[in-house]
Amino acid sequence: MKMEQDTRITDGQKFETALKYWLACLADDELTLGHRDSEWLGLCPDIEGDVAFSSIAQDEVGHAVFYFDLLHQLGEGDPDRLAFSRDQHLRRNAILLERPNGDWAYSILRHYFYDLFDDLRLQSMESSSYAPLRQGTQKIRREEYYHLLHMKTLFSRLGSAGGQARERMEEALLKVWPDLGDLFDFGPYEKELLEFGIISLSGSEVRRRWEEQVRDALLSIGFEWPGEIPSSSRSGRRGEHSSDLQPLLDTLCEVYAIDSNARW
Amino acid sequence: MDHRTEEFVERIRRGGKVEATDWMPDEYRKLLIKLIHMHAVSEIMGAYPEKEWVPKAPTLRRKLAIMAKVQDEMGHGQLLLRVVEDLAAPLGKTREDLIADIYTGKVKFHNVFHMEARTWADAGVIGWLVDGAAIINQAALLETSYAPYARVLKRICAEESFHMQHGENIILALAMGTKQQRQMLQEALNYWWESLLFFFGPKEVTPAAERMLYYRIRTKTNEELRQKFLDKYVPRIQSLGLTIPDEQLRYDRERKAWVYSEPDWDKFGRIVRENRGPKSRERMELRRSAHEEQRWVREAMARSHLPAG
Repeated sequence: MKMEQDTRITDGQKFETALKYWLACLADDELTLGHRDSEWLGLCPDIEGDVAFSSIAQDEVGHAVFYFDLLHQLGEGDPDRLAFSRDQHLRRNAILLERPNGDWAYSILRHYFYDLFDDLRLQSMESSSYAPLRQGTQKIRREEYYHLLHMKTLFSRLGSAGGQARERMEEALLKVWPDLGDLFDFGPYEKELLEFGIISLSGSEVRRRWEEQVRDALLSIGFEWPGEIPSSSRSGRRGEHSSDLQPLLDTLCEVYAIDSNARW
Repeated sequence: MDHRTEEFVERIRRGGKVEATDWMPDEYRKLLIKLIHMHAVSEIMGAYPEKEWVPKAPTLRRKLAIMAKVQDEMGHGQLLLRVVEDLAAPLGKTREDLIADIYTGKVKFHNVFHMEARTWADAGVIGWLVDGAAIINQAALLETSYAPYARVLKRICAEESFHMQHGENIILALAMGTKQQRQMLQEALNYWWESLLFFFGPKEVTPAAERMLYYRIRTKTNEELRQKFLDKYVPRIQSLGLTIPDEQLRYDRERKAWVYSEPDWDKFGRIVRENRGPKSRERMELRRSAHEEQRWVREAMARSHLPAG
């Protein structure tokens, strides 16, 4: 497998450029959402929910560390530097994930939608030509399986409980929907990613499968399909973020920025 | 004293342990509820000072570690609440009440969790010294006569020793770091020292403490535990080149005890009893809003069922 990986890389800069871009998308998605998840600490509806959210937050940041480590191995600088000192226009996370947590309904719905997406994206890497990614995603998918199950359960129960819960879930759905576009944007190297076999599914194929599952999930709790996902004018994948990202980065990097050369 | 109580006391004096389903005197039950409820709530409120630093942890490893640590604290709170729930059930109290007691001021929490966490070094000191003090307290309770509490404490102590290492690790990085980092650390120690001494409680044995010793709910006095803390941490703190902010502090070889300046008992007493610390109100409000304003979630979860299939 190592051979395969090395030959591919010497095949050209294209492979490496596409791969690094892809890894940055993965790392930034997981770090941004893990960071948002950790903001729920001490604020969840019950203590059990707090423990669960914290566990999920750690998994997400743990996955980000895995992707940052791969970038580091590819010569992209120290993982902490990547996480804590890149400007926002170099961040590749989808806009949906940088949005503030909102209420519980919004956080759960966003997480469920993202986890479904992430599961499909991981599936598309399970036979990746890049061995470290192939091996890592198998392990990550085992953890994500539980997140997905957890979020799906919460989504279904809140959505079918009627009353305020239902109203809030309906509002959350409307709020999430316009932000979904750039989630499925696989960026300027999508063609190369597919050609080199780094991934096996295109952004539009992931989106098709995602829509199929979300349609069923919405139907099962009596929600209507909100209509086609609007194409977004901005793409976080290309560094075009909303005004919600900078305050998040200011917090994330606050201590690191006191002295970025110090050992913390 | 009635015959049953006499037998009960006799049994625990011989080292016997009490289970949740055993008969127990009302006084014993109420003392346990008071102690363990406060312990549970302190774990939960203890997440807030660190909460402010979880999103700001300066490396990926530190971020993972502090998240895991605070999750443990919440988990301890949950385990302890379960122990209290069983004890309080005959009195008609539920989990909802036990949580509401926090923001209605019916249950107290440790003085340290009323204090501010102003810098990353404070977060380190909390992990190292506050958790270090907590371990000493909790390890002393492992011998408690109430078996369900002892079992939970066993797990808590095991996890707390990781927290202490986590805190110590943050502290070491700062102590060996830049001038600015060392200064941040010294300031954190200055800020926390008095709170840490107070943490173990008054020197004299209060009537409630007296009854807890009588029932072997606890077996050591506050002062014994404070001395243990000083034994363990004074040399460690000094070996890092830090100055303990107490000029009176010395070890008296004759009395085999540490001599220290008394913390301001009145001030800290008011902080705990009247929730008048710098962060008491703000954190109680966080707990209130988490609980009250998300009642709709707990209610929805209680009435909804998974769709068939």
